[in-house]
Amino acid sequence: MIAIKDQRSKMDWIMEFLTFIVFAGMTLTGAVFMVTLHNLVRSVLAMILAFVGVAGLYLVLEAEFLAAIQVLVYVGAVAVLVLFAIMLTQRVSDPNKPTNNAQAWLAFTVSVAMFGILSWVYAPIKWPALPALPTVNNEPVGSVVNLGQQLLGAYAVPFEVASVVLLVALLGAIILARE
Amino acid sequence: MDIIYDPFRVIGDALRGLLGGFGLPDWAVQLIMIVIGVSVLVVFAMLTMMFLTWLERKLIARIQDRVGPNRVGPLGLLQPVADMVKLFTKEFIIPTNADKVIYYLAPIIFVIPAFMVFAVMPFDRHAIISDLNIGWLYIVAIGSTSTIALLMAGWSSNNKYALLGGMRAVAQFVSYEIPQVLSVVGILLLVGSLRMGAIVEAQNTIWFVLLQPVAFVIFLLSTISEINRTPFDLPEAESEIIAGYHTEYGAIGFALFSLAEFINMFAASALAATIFFGGWQGPILPGWLWFLIKSYAMVFVMIWLRGTLPRLRVDQLMNFAWKVLVPLSLVNLTLAGVGVSVMNYYGWQLSSLPGVLFAFGTFLVFNVIMVLLFLALYRTPKVERRNVVLVKQASKSRPQTPAAASGR
Repeated sequence: MIAIKDQRSKMDWIMEFLTFIVFAGMTLTGAVFMVTLHNLVRSVLAMILAFVGVAGLYLVLEAEFLAAIQVLVYVGAVAVLVLFAIMLTQRVSDPNKPTNNAQAWLAFTVSVAMFGILSWVYAPIKWPALPALPTVNNEPVGSVVNLGQQLLGAYAVPFEVASVVLLVALLGAIILARE
Repeated sequence: MDIIYDPFRVIGDALRGLLGGFGLPDWAVQLIMIVIGVSVLVVFAMLTMMFLTWLERKLIARIQDRVGPNRVGPLGLLQPVADMVKLFTKEFIIPTNADKVIYYLAPIIFVIPAFMVFAVMPFDRHAIISDLNIGWLYIVAIGSTSTIALLMAGWSSNNKYALLGGMRAVAQFVSYEIPQVLSVVGILLLVGSLRMGAIVEAQNTIWFVLLQPVAFVIFLLSTISEINRTPFDLPEAESEIIAGYHTEYGAIGFALFSLAEFINMFAASALAATIFFGGWQGPILPGWLWFLIKSYAMVFVMIWLRGTLPRLRVDQLMNFAWKVLVPLSLVNLTLAGVGVSVMNYYGWQLSSLPGVLFAFGTFLVFNVIMVLLFLALYRTPKVERRNVVLVKQASKSRPQTPAAASGR
């Protein structure tokens, strides 16, 4: 970790570090169980654990809005996903069914390469330790007010384009399901 | 007087002083205060749940011209204690083919969010555990997790009725979440913040139920659906699928589901009171008492609805959400946006008298428009009669009776 010289007490730092460890552990455990469990429903539930862990990481970063949206969107979506898994899968639970296929090694290589590249990019950066979250108009940068003003102001076009893309995906899914 | 009108701050300050007197550092005092606050809240929620079970049985009995529980204690007040002792001492049965881990986890995951909602509930001016700046969004996010718990319970029981109940729960909760959230967004526009404290403070001059009556009706209906109560309790409709997702749960598992449902009911009532009826704001009486009075008034409305209305059918339920509540709440949101823009343009605030009068007039017109639109566009669903075509039985499938064979 980076040396912190500052107004923040050592206690705060330890608490934050512990919280990070807990949530990061939750995310990784969930992710590992998600790909290794043989039972489809259980692995989807492990995915929820990973999502909740990510929401916790957002909280540590003081991005409360993102954390709430993460829980709201993914938990609802995952519930629907579980339903489809139950309805459309022949054998929900089968210990003999392999969880890997021939491309597992390829996927592993790509993942490790990705991890290496990201580490190589991020390792040299000296993350500045801020005494407190910067504020815009008396609100922290990640607050709902500032986020909303950015999304509908400076980033209005990307925001709208993203929603159009989602709409197209939605319509496409309906058309595919109808055929 | 302060101890009556602002008990939470007085007691909190006293405790803080006491703990500080022991020479504890600031963070330890803070930590202990949080633990005390959470414990008080949990105990409050449990007691509320016990009282609500009694209240509901008594009121339903009164509606149905019965007496209700009257054996244990005065007026049957100790009935919840007896029930709890019974449920705790019974055997916790696990079906043979159940997925045990998920079967154990489901009631626990259902209970946790029920308690977590109280973290942002403004009980009084200084009695809010954490006034998050995403208040309403936090409640919505926490509330949405109960869906997955019900599905887990339904699936892990390995019982077709339980699974049907779980599936119904998902379909219903995902649908009714949308009008529930959208109906409150209009109010968030008026307040300009998602903090629960700010929502209450903004109702200093006028309750939001007077500005947004249509939104209140949408909110009430979709919330009753979200907390799974009659007339929207399809996931546990006992006349169709036994007890739905908790068919296989007995003893402590059933107790936990029941606990969470009653706490959810109180939380939903408290939310309605907070968002639409001014929360702890009120004359003469202290804030916490106003909060309780308004919350219990909403609880009474919910029990009353349960005693009055029959359960919906599944198709009616879905049509009602997607063809009535969602469009209506979208129209409401649009009109609220127009109203708030006009108010901002002229610089009118809800805290001043002309602002309140203007807002009341404008939103009155908007709400009348919405009700007229609804009456004009909504077609009462016709009773559909299916054409029953009797198919001739193939003669091979069933051995002919001697009477039929003889041609009589």
